[in-house]
Formats: sequence, C-alpha cells, structure tokens
Amino acid sequence: MKSKVHLFTQLNKHFALDVGSGAIHLVTPPAFRLLSLIIAAGETSLSQTIPPRILQEVITINGIHEAWNELYALYNEGMLFSPDNSENLELPTKTPLKALCVHIAHDCNLRCGYCFADTGSFSSERGCMDIHTAKKAVDFLIERSGNRRNLEIDFFGGEPLLAFDVIKQAVEYARKLEKIHNKQFRFTLTTNGLLLNDDVISHINSEMKNVVLSLDGRNEVNDTHRTTIGGKGSYDVIVPKFQKVASTRKGDYFIRGTFTSKNLDFTEDILHIADLGFNNISIEPVVLEKGHDLEIREEHLPEIFAEYDRLTEILAARDDINFFHFNIDLEGGPCVYKRLRGCGAGGEYAAVTPSGSLYPCHQFAGRAEYKMGSVLDGSFTPNTELTVNHIKIRKGCSDCWAKYFCGGGCAAANLNINEDINIPYHIGCEMQKMRIECAIALKASTI
Amino acid sequence: MTHIKTIAKPILKQTAHTGGCGECQTSCQSACKTSCTVGNQVCEK
Repeated sequence: MKSKVHLFTQLNKHFALDVGSGAIHLVTPPAFRLLSLIIAAGETSLSQTIPPRILQEVITINGIHEAWNELYALYNEGMLFSPDNSENLELPTKTPLKALCVHIAHDCNLRCGYCFADTGSFSSERGCMDIHTAKKAVDFLIERSGNRRNLEIDFFGGEPLLAFDVIKQAVEYARKLEKIHNKQFRFTLTTNGLLLNDDVISHINSEMKNVVLSLDGRNEVNDTHRTTIGGKGSYDVIVPKFQKVASTRKGDYFIRGTFTSKNLDFTEDILHIADLGFNNISIEPVVLEKGHDLEIREEHLPEIFAEYDRLTEILAARDDINFFHFNIDLEGGPCVYKRLRGCGAGGEYAAVTPSGSLYPCHQFAGRAEYKMGSVLDGSFTPNTELTVNHIKIRKGCSDCWAKYFCGGGCAAANLNINEDINIPYHIGCEMQKMRIECAIALKASTI
Repeated sequence: MTHIKTIAKPILKQTAHTGGCGECQTSCQSACKTSCTVGNQVCEK
C-alpha cells in the first residue's frame, strides 16, 4: 500500500495518524488544514515549500509556513507519509499454540435473546465437559506450546460454572504441570454470575487472572435479553454477586455487556454500571445474522457514532471508568507482528468443546467444516486459511488506515455476516474505526 | 514544534526488529469474545 495519513477530529482536537510508521500526531488547525489539502490533492509526499496551488488556499492563515516546515520535518523523519511496508513482513508459518478457550459447558442457565451460541448449546446436545477431557485439554496445550511460557485458558460456555468442580480440578491439574514444564498458566473465566457464591468467588480471586462478568447495563435493558429458562430477568440476582467479586478482588475483572439495536443509547448502560461501583467495563455491539430483530444495521451507525462521541466526552472528564474498547497504549502497545497476526484463531488460539473437539475459536465451535482435531486423540491441524496474514488477504484491509489496530478483524463475524472469512463485516469495521479514534483522543487528553 | 505534538512513536518500524516473541495475551481472551482488537493489547516485554 502506498503512503497514507489518516486525519480525524475528536474532542475538538485534530489528529494525523501515519499508517506506515504508526506515528500519531496532535496537530494545530493550520497543520490540519494543510494535510487535508495535501490528501485531497492525492499527494503522498511533501515538498520543502508549500505547493503554489495549495498556498493560494491557505495564504491568509497565520503561521501557515511554520506549520508546513514542521510537517516537512516530520516527513523527513519518516513519521508522515512514510512508506507502508509492514504488511509485507514475513510471519512464521507455524506458531505454537498458546491459548485455549475451554468450553466447560455447552449449556446455560440463561436464555439470552442475542446469544451467538444458540443459548449455550452451540446448536448441539446440551452438556458439560468431564474432568478427563479438561485434563486432556491442559495436556494438549502444554504439548503444543513449544517455547511459549505464558499459556492462557479461558473457561467459557455456555455457562462454565455449571461444572465448577471440573474447573477447580482442571486448574489444580494445570498448576501442578506448570512447574514441571516451566510454563505459567493464566486463567480467565467468563460467567453470567447466577451460580456465583462465596466458594466460587474465593476460587476465582485466588486463581483467575481475569474474570469477565456478563451484565448489559440498566435493569430493564439487561432483563429484556438476559433471562432465565423460566423467563425471569437476571439483574437482581447477579448484580450483588458481581459487586462482591469486584470488591473482594485484586486481579482484573470486566463487566462485559452487549448493546443491540434496542439500546443504542448504551452510554447510559455504561454509566449505570459505573454507578453500581464497577470501574472496568466493556459494552460491545451485538453481532447477529441479517434480519434479526436485534441486529445493528447500517442506518444505526450515525446514532452509534454520536453515542461514542458522547461517551468519549464523558470519559475525558472522569477517571473512574476503564472502558475496554477505548484502551490503547500509545507508548508501547503490541508489536507489528501481533498487529499482523490478529487474534491468532486457528493457530496460536483454539477452542475445545465439551467432547474434546478443537475449533479455531469459540465462535467457530460446532461448525463441522472448521473442526481441527481433538484433545482426546491429540490430533491437530491448524487452520492455514486463518493463520495467514489477514491484512493482506482480506478484502479492503490493505487500504484501510485502521488495519494495524484491528489486525484484520474477526473471521467469525465475517463468516456469520458475509459467509466468507475474508470479506470484512463492514458495520463492525466502521464501529471499530470510530472506537480507535475515540481511544486515541482520550489518551491524548491525558498526555 | 508549535504546530505538532507527536503522541505515538513510529512503533511499527521500531518493533519490526524487536517484536514477535508471541508471549502477549491473545486478544479474544481479554474481555470481548466478539470483536478483534489488537491495538489495545499490552506488550509483555
């Protein structure tokens, strides 16, 4: 891809993101105006002085030559209109497995209206993983992890606490093995909270690096979708339990919710969750097949963008909310290889079903054509369609300014929406790009 | 500079020589499970 600079304005500040180098600049209105004109003219380089046809449009602006000189200096330092060669870097064709999403249960005690896993069953027979299979999953991860030291297991479902004993035994088993094999396990748990009690919370707090607690926000929003098998809302049961987890916990946690087309004012849900005493919050757009009553559609985007604007302004004025999708590390952050490799599904990341079958990730579970093997017999064929450089192969990604932030996006979402893992889910991309801009602006407001 | 403040270094080129250890967290294991964001992940080095 040729040199590219992406311009945007957020929180009344102007930004220039140099795609090729990854540098991001906060610029004054004169510098922003100059860059806008350069890009509109189709230019991808800067000359020492302002080109005459551009100068005639900006000649009355104070400080315009000074702004140009600074832009030109950055250009010469390789931080503006720099060549974009990173996507051509060679990625290893084989990477060790380092993370497993262990589906402790393909069953659930909730019947959420938007569940991607068919209310926990993953469109198959409902049931839980036994301890033999869970131990095999731990063995399998260690055997396939090569020289990777940090190994991750997320206990997932359905609702994983339906088989809490299996989780406890699997953790105990892995802790014994990590010393022998010089590995470090990082466990996480994703739960709807119904089965949390003091024993479970104590175990989570001692063993889980992170716990993801599902709550959609306001009582009426949560209880519209997150209902029990009997049709009752879950809010009143889970909120006190989640508050107990958060108040007793030293490790990470996130309250994680979903917004749908029915609550595009999701900032209210984020603020409600914060009012309940939670600091770490992730509220995400639902991904559903076309035609679903709750799906996010193209015509919702302006309202969603306005909501992200509003949320950004609110978060800029308070420091007690850590909103997951506005997190960004401008000083360090992931290396270019991580950004090219994306989520790692099908190679370094896989999901294990209760029957021991392996899939590229939790969202592929149950799709027979994507089965990669089994932890029970040790078979494993990484999915080479998924472990390639996503940015180069997915339609339109190479020309997108956001490609090094999303790593080519979510293959499962592409498949669900477009029936092709390499055709990006457009609406998801647009929301992602908006969130990146908000995240950069928020971070800049703290510098 | 008075017109430009660089808030993020040119990390792509810098890490082409230093990155790739693979020890960082898998993005979908963090808090999302339905969307891929790698830009908000933390480097382990």
